[in-house]
Order: sequence, then structure tokens, then C-alpha cells
Amino acid sequence: MKQLFAHIDDPELATLDGYSRRGGYEMLRMALQMEPQDVLQEMLDSGVRGRGGAGFAMGKKMSFIPKGTMDKYLVCNADESEPGAFKDRELMQKNPHQLIEGIIIGAYAIGANKSFIFIRGEYQYPADVLDAALAEARTAGYVGERILGSDHTLDLVVHRGAGAYICGEETALLDALEGKRGNPRLKPPFPAVQGLYKGPTLINNVETLMNVPVVMRLGGAEYAKIGTETSTGTKVVSISGCVQRPGNYEVVLGTPAREIIFGLAGGPPPGRTIKAWFPGGSSAPVLPGTDEYLDLPYDFDSLAKAGSMLGSGSIIIVDDSISIVDVALKTAKFYRHESCGKCTPCREGTNWTVRMLERVQTGEATPMDLDIMASVQEQIIGNCLCVLGDSMAMPISAMIKHFRDEFEAHIKEAREANGLGAAIPQVNRGRQAGPYPMLDPADVDPTAAVA
Amino acid sequence: MAIDPTEVPRFAHGSRVPGWDEAADLSKDPAVVPDPATTPVPDHVRIAIAAQMAKYPDVRSAAIPALHIIQREHGWCSPTAIEQAACVMRLTPAYLTAVATFYDMFSTTPKGRHDVYVCTNISCSLRGADAIYQEMLSAAGDDPDFHVQSFECLGACDIAPMASVDGEYVGPLDGDDCARIVDDVKAGRAVLPDKQLRKRKAAGA
Repeated sequence: MKQLFAHIDDPELATLDGYSRRGGYEMLRMALQMEPQDVLQEMLDSGVRGRGGAGFAMGKKMSFIPKGTMDKYLVCNADESEPGAFKDRELMQKNPHQLIEGIIIGAYAIGANKSFIFIRGEYQYPADVLDAALAEARTAGYVGERILGSDHTLDLVVHRGAGAYICGEETALLDALEGKRGNPRLKPPFPAVQGLYKGPTLINNVETLMNVPVVMRLGGAEYAKIGTETSTGTKVVSISGCVQRPGNYEVVLGTPAREIIFGLAGGPPPGRTIKAWFPGGSSAPVLPGTDEYLDLPYDFDSLAKAGSMLGSGSIIIVDDSISIVDVALKTAKFYRHESCGKCTPCREGTNWTVRMLERVQTGEATPMDLDIMASVQEQIIGNCLCVLGDSMAMPISAMIKHFRDEFEAHIKEAREANGLGAAIPQVNRGRQAGPYPMLDPADVDPTAAVA
Repeated sequence: MAIDPTEVPRFAHGSRVPGWDEAADLSKDPAVVPDPATTPVPDHVRIAIAAQMAKYPDVRSAAIPALHIIQREHGWCSPTAIEQAACVMRLTPAYLTAVATFYDMFSTTPKGRHDVYVCTNISCSLRGADAIYQEMLSAAGDDPDFHVQSFECLGACDIAPMASVDGEYVGPLDGDDCARIVDDVKAGRAVLPDKQLRKRKAAGA
């Protein structure tokens, strides 16, 4: 059932000859014979959902692009910076032509004449591979004016970023592509209405666009039969952290998570058990490594129902030798560094979360800090222009929810190690304390010292 | 990027030292678009930036590619370098400086020629990246040619712990590899040929 990984390790696949010999660019020929509306219909029928993180149906997103002859753009989001995600890198490096073919077909369906691949600056080698593949495609007449004798014209540019996680967010990506600082924009207007250079813009992830030729080959209805009813097709899953065989694996959506983690990636090192796992990159709420969660089918809806998300399909495994406090601090520090600073809840929330976690780590905290920390996360979610802050808030609040005992045990241990004595429960002291009193003031001895 | 609070100069009692965020010298006139007649720009830089500008409907889109070009040319985004790019692109130096300070790959302070980015994000740190970073720092020592930086996820968690040496991804690293990286770079050889990501087979092939 491998659609994207079928010949992935064949070095010829990256060349035009090798790709064409395996049926490459045939789907482009076929698509150009069809009406753009029919190509779009195939995408709608396929039910293919965005592989970049949000999981929005690609066909629907395409159908939001207005019809007409204005300047429209298709932007491929190859700014893969989510911790734990590395699928696009391997796909672009080894199978660049399938991405280019997907972009050309996608651009034809929405009537875009200008297209960009926004690739993160650190991916120098994949960007070089793409540049070489693009030059080949241009020489062969697949990119440029009047492609293969049709009326469709497409100019494609590989644009290298310069290292900013926020640029993976679609509106920040557009700002970066326009040569500005990568700050997200207020939505609406959505990019489909007013995006790059104020024109309607379709933004899709690398893997999503690489599925376009697959949908064309199988037909939308046939593609929809792969996977589950609401999560169709195959997904390249990046698995990393405490596993024996980290790497990219292409699986049918709906495969049990256990089969991916243990069957394909070999599970945690011998003698270790899974303490926690991120099902969809570091932005996804953490799930404990219990059977209840490991037996979940790996698809968009099952994970959402379990309180997490599939995200970009990047599993990070944390085994029982790792302290959850360290994981939380690492996660929070990443988002503090990457917050662009435009919205206050995210700029301040990420910073204060790191400071509180540092207090937890050094033993200066009390269990009440965990409640304050949880409330800070709640105040970030949904209150910013983009979801960067939410991406920290969701895993941190999930960690506090699932591993509260460990946090409290760590605080106790660290306090004792530093000679700070036991944490004394605090009561709500008005403005100075957080919003969640631990105890009813009536139950507390007012003469006791406050930690 | 967000300002790292630990880098803000502070008094012992915690208050900021005044002046750390004074962005502009108000006694000077604001810098305007540099005059091509008085701003020398090497021809190859001008041609490279102009080629980038031609790719986009709006020339400002070439800001990031232009900064990559001048950083390669000058080693860092120095005021002179930014002035050259601003001159070719007909933008103010302030505009390009604003862009350059946002992105992690641009440096507005002098740095070593060879970039060694050590990933210290979650997946790599679960496999000992913090120790590798310390090892790398001591292997490079105070050699001014090296710019060792801990970096957020570089997108190669399958070879964790890993580093990007002048754009070449290498991993999984152990302690001894750090000294080998320094030797390979100094000798001008390919870095850790046996551990390069580009040669690695896909796990799920």
C-alpha cells in the first residue's frame, strides 16, 4: 500500500528519467486533458486531509479559492520545523518530482499561475535536490509557459527560509515569503481569499501535495477506500525518541498505534517501558503509554477523541528513564524561543511557563504552581492570532493532567535535596496568588508560614 | 525571535540596566535607501541579488535570499553587508536589519565561518544531545573559525542526536564524533562521511 515510499531508496527516483519510468508525470498529462473542475472534484472525492498538522480536507480548501482570472498562488509549505517531524525532508530529498507534479496539478485545479515551495533554510541539501529536479522539469516542459501544449502556465520558485518555526504557520509563511518578519496575520481574511501579495492563495503541506498524483492515479473514490472513513489514504509517520528503529514509515491511516511503535519502530530500548508519547509532534497533547492509548487506531478522529491530535504524524516516544519535568521544560523552552512576540498571551505565557517549570525543576515551586501553570495554559489557548502558543499550552497542560503525581513528587524531592523543607499548601492570598486556591481558607492555620 | 531574558543585562536586584533596548540613536538622521553612487557593491553580489529579485512579483520577497547571499559573502550580516543589499534592493537598511534579526540563521554580530548547529530539541535530547552540545563546544574550543550553536529541531530526529555542519546533516553522534567534525572541517574534507544523512536509507522503505 506504499504510495509515496514505494521506491523511496532508489537513487534514480530523484531524477526525471527514473521518475518518468515509474509512471511519473503521466497523471499531469491526464489532468491537463480534464477540466480543472473535474480535477478538483477528484480531490474532494478522495477526502484527503492536510498532512501538515491541522488535518483540513484538501479538496475543500481548494474549493475555497475563488474562480476567475485574478493572480492566484499555490504555496507549498515545506517549512517543516515541528519537533519530531522529518517526513517532508526525506520525501523531498528522495522523491522531488512527485512533489513538483502534485504542485502543477494542484495549481491547474485552482487556476494558479505562480507557485512557491517555501523550504526551511536549514534543509540545504533537500533544497538543492528540489532545485535540480525543478531545472529538469522545466527543461522537459512540465513547468513554464503552456505546459505540454495546454493553456496552463505555471512558474515555480524554490524559496529558502532562514530558520523560524513560526514560518510553518500559513500566514506567517506568507509574510516571510513577502520578505517581512514572519509574523502571523489576523484571520479572516483567510489566505484562500487574500493571501500572498493579496491574491487568493492555496497553502498545502509537502506530503499533501505529493498525494495529488496518487489521487489522480487511483481516482478519488478509490483513494477514499484506503484508510478509515474520515481519514483516507496513507500517512508517512516520523517516529523518534526512545525507540530502537527511529525513522519514517508509511502506514495506512487507522493502523493501531501499537503496531507503528512496536511493530515498525521496535518499541523502546530493552527493559524500558513507554512513559508518555506525543502522537503528532511536540504540539500534540501528550498521551500516557498505557494500553488504552497505545491501542488507539492512528488516524485523525480517534486521536482527537482521545484528547490529542495526529498533527503532522510525528510520534515522539518518552521512556520511563526520562523525567517528565525535563520533557516539559524542553518543550516550553522551544516555544518560548520560537514565539514571534506579536500576541501577548503567547509571548508572555511561553516565557512564564518556562520560568515556572524551572522553579519546579529546582524545587522552588509548590504544588500550587502546577495549578497556576495549568491556568496560564488555558489563557493562551484560543487567544492568539496563530496556534503557536496553543502548541505549547496543549502538551504542557496534558503533561500536568496525566503526570501530576510525578511533578509533585519531583517538587518534593527537589525541595528536600535543596534543603528547602516541605512545601506548605498555600491559600488564595488575593492578588498575589494564582486563581486556584488549593485549600479552603477555613481549613488552614493562619499562623503557619507561607512557602 | 523572542529576546532571551537571560541575555538582558540586569542589576543584581533584577531591574534592567537602562539602555539595553534603545533601538535608535535619536541624534542621527534615519538611514535612507543607500545611494548606489557612493555604496560600493561587488558585481557578483549585485548580480546574485538581482537574480533573486527577478524571481518574485514583489522585490521585497528577495529579502531573505539576499541576506543569505550577503552573509555568505561577508561572514555575517554586518552593517556594511546590509547596506550593500539595501542598495541593490532599493530598501532601507532598517528594513533588512529587521528581517535579519528575526531569523535564527542570520547573525548581526560577527561569527565564525563554519556553522555547527547542534540540535538540542526533544527527540535529540532524549538521546543525549545536551552532552553532545557541551562536547562540541569544548571540541571547537575558542577557535574563531567555528560558530557552534544549539539549535531547535533541525528535522532529522531519525539520526538523533545530530548536528548540521555547514548544512551537512550528520548523526547519530557520539562523544568522539565532535573532535572528528572539527578535524574534518579544518582539513576541508567531507564531514563524517559514514554518518551523513544524505546517504542513509529510509527506515520504512
